[in-house]
Amino acid sequence: MNDSAPMIWDFEFTFDVMPSLLGGLWVTVQLTLIGYTIALVLGLLIAIVRRAPVIGAIVHFVMEFIRTTPLIIQVVFVFFLLPASLNVPLLGPVPITAFTVGVTVLGIHYAAYTAEVYRSGIEGVAQGQWEAARALSLPTGRTWGAVVLPQAIRKVIPALGNYLIAMFKDTPLLFAIGVAELLTRAQRVGSESFRMTEAMTMVGFLFLVVSIPSAILIRRLEKRYVAV
Amino acid sequence: MSPSDTPENTTAPGVDGVVAENAEDGLIVFDKVVKRFGDLTVLDHLDFSVAPGERVTLIGPSGSGKTTILRLLMTLEKVTEGRIWVDGEPFSHMPRGNGMAPANEGYLRARRKRIGMVFQQFNLFPNMSVRKNIMEAPVHVLGIGKDEASQRAEELLELVGLGDKIDAHPTQLSGGQQQRVAIARALAMRPEILLLDEVTSALDPELVAGVLDVLREVAETTDITMLCVTHEMGFARDVSHRVLMFDQGRIAEEGPPDQIFGDPREERTKSFLKSVLENGH
Amino acid sequence: MEFLQWFLEFLQVQLPRYLDGAWITIQLTFAGAVLAFVLAMVFGIMGSTRPWILRAITTVYVEVFRGIAALVVMFWIVYALPDMTGYELDPMFAAILALGLNVGAYGAEVVRAALNAVPKAQVEATVALNLSWFQRMRLVVVPQAWAQMLPTFGNLIIELMKASAVVYLVGILDLTAVAREVRSGTGETLAAFAIAFVFYYLIAQVLIFGMRLLERRANVKLGRIPPSGGGLMGLLRPPSVGTRVGVAK
Repeated sequence: MNDSAPMIWDFEFTFDVMPSLLGGLWVTVQLTLIGYTIALVLGLLIAIVRRAPVIGAIVHFVMEFIRTTPLIIQVVFVFFLLPASLNVPLLGPVPITAFTVGVTVLGIHYAAYTAEVYRSGIEGVAQGQWEAARALSLPTGRTWGAVVLPQAIRKVIPALGNYLIAMFKDTPLLFAIGVAELLTRAQRVGSESFRMTEAMTMVGFLFLVVSIPSAILIRRLEKRYVAV
Repeated sequence: MSPSDTPENTTAPGVDGVVAENAEDGLIVFDKVVKRFGDLTVLDHLDFSVAPGERVTLIGPSGSGKTTILRLLMTLEKVTEGRIWVDGEPFSHMPRGNGMAPANEGYLRARRKRIGMVFQQFNLFPNMSVRKNIMEAPVHVLGIGKDEASQRAEELLELVGLGDKIDAHPTQLSGGQQQRVAIARALAMRPEILLLDEVTSALDPELVAGVLDVLREVAETTDITMLCVTHEMGFARDVSHRVLMFDQGRIAEEGPPDQIFGDPREERTKSFLKSVLENGH
Repeated sequence: MEFLQWFLEFLQVQLPRYLDGAWITIQLTFAGAVLAFVLAMVFGIMGSTRPWILRAITTVYVEVFRGIAALVVMFWIVYALPDMTGYELDPMFAAILALGLNVGAYGAEVVRAALNAVPKAQVEATVALNLSWFQRMRLVVVPQAWAQMLPTFGNLIIELMKASAVVYLVGILDLTAVAREVRSGTGETLAAFAIAFVFYYLIAQVLIFGMRLLERRANVKLGRIPPSGGGLMGLLRPPSVGTRVGVAK
């Protein structure tokens, strides 16, 4: 057992577990990128649907509900709710992994936020732009695709970028369902070897190594786009 | 005979002969003061002094450095070169060892307590009522009791003609009323020197007179030394002992108001006064 | 009808446990918010001052604790700290510390930005009245920046409340822990979690309402809205959480 005496940093151990931790970081990055893609696409759809009369109000309430309840309990809930595998016609039973659940819930949760960002962008498009599109008899699809969205999205790129970093930092929550991301792996190797100090400190360090440069990058983007 | 014939008059002594020639005599003395913002020289080796109780108006085209003089005295800016003395004591600098060092915040706090300022944009505190605006500094800086400070606030508001607005919020007042409160706020600190920085420039024309009347009253009933930057030439003529005409960071001409406004000698003064009159100020 | 009856019975049996869990969640939120507020104020004010060393300290604190999720910090305190120091913190205390440090870092940025947004002319007026730095901050700058901080503080306290759900991972019996326990005891996943979700939602609504009251009071104080404008019902407009660009998360 751990004698809980103060101990000295073990560089050899740190070095030994690095491949496993970096593997975890790679999973974290995958989760972030896939989850973010879901959030970007779904959020946009929600932002558009929200403008519809009745469905819009319902969608708005659901999104509000998602935003005011914790991500971690949402993940755990969905993980428990879904069966271990799903019978898909032609493919047969497809396993539902923790990774799949995690990345999907992460994406949906953040879609509730990106939808609000898109909404503010869409509302920021001048009324005259809609009227001009109508005057040209553009079909609805073209009005959205060629006139409104390009203007709306350009304005909200920095805000969307912030949610990319936020999502990256939220991935450790998937520890709760055992997705083999960075924190999960660190906890595993740390408890196996009673070297939690090194394991946990390295998690923090690796997160900073990614998030601080990304934050600087986003700030640059912000300057560039807000200036327009 | 014309006074301009004598060489002494090129330095134009003010009314009552109150101009000081060196640091010991003046209440305020600028000694070769230079102020630069980057490459821009706003004040260029400026020398002048103000006697106790004197009321001096600074005029000149915008960018000529008038406001900078007030801001230097209020310690909102630091001199680039030269020294400022107030009441015979170094003001922009403090003694250190055998020499002088730029004044630090503690030193400035002790020096500037005798100086008050009224700003172009009033700068009332929106998080306080009118009463609080006037009371806070006397209570916290001078250590005056709350009851006494509150009563003094009422008296000062009566003086500026706003006795009924004491518990109003600054945003409920007109610009002219706000400026009168700002004057009361500055007076509450019992300053020996009052700096007035274009106090009517931000006001609608019909509100200007009320503010100027208050200042006339202050000038007549107190012996506060006043430095006033203004475009209100009638007001300058009425209250000031001396007028300084600035141009490009230097004094272009100085003299009693009757002479400056009635018989300006410098071409720059003439053209400036002409442009002010044409613009309807 | 049958389902409703079954659910009401379920609720009746389990409600005390949820109330206990909700109480823990509320305690965590409150204590975490107090700590976060103090940290935000201290570091935010330091970040708005002139000495570079104070600003550097703020930057380090903000970047480190914004860059690492509260969960990771909490694990570090619970698992790594005892190994290093031999001291074990009470999990509840560790959780509050982690939540406070994390949200405090976001808050410090909010405070710093709000303080810097107070017009320079207001600061000059305090110089003209010879207020000390401390008096200037206390009497003029912070009260004026306050109204600008509040909307984002409102979002941050919701985020803190949500982030508190990670504490079940170190054995604290909060709402999420109760939901898991009730599920494993009854096998009713949907009902067990739905009750917890509703509790979280209700706590969030109360927080949103409370923050609105504070916001309104601050704006009345600054003379931006009349004291009676809108009435209490004006506060019940549809809430929008987390929509402030880039600061809510």
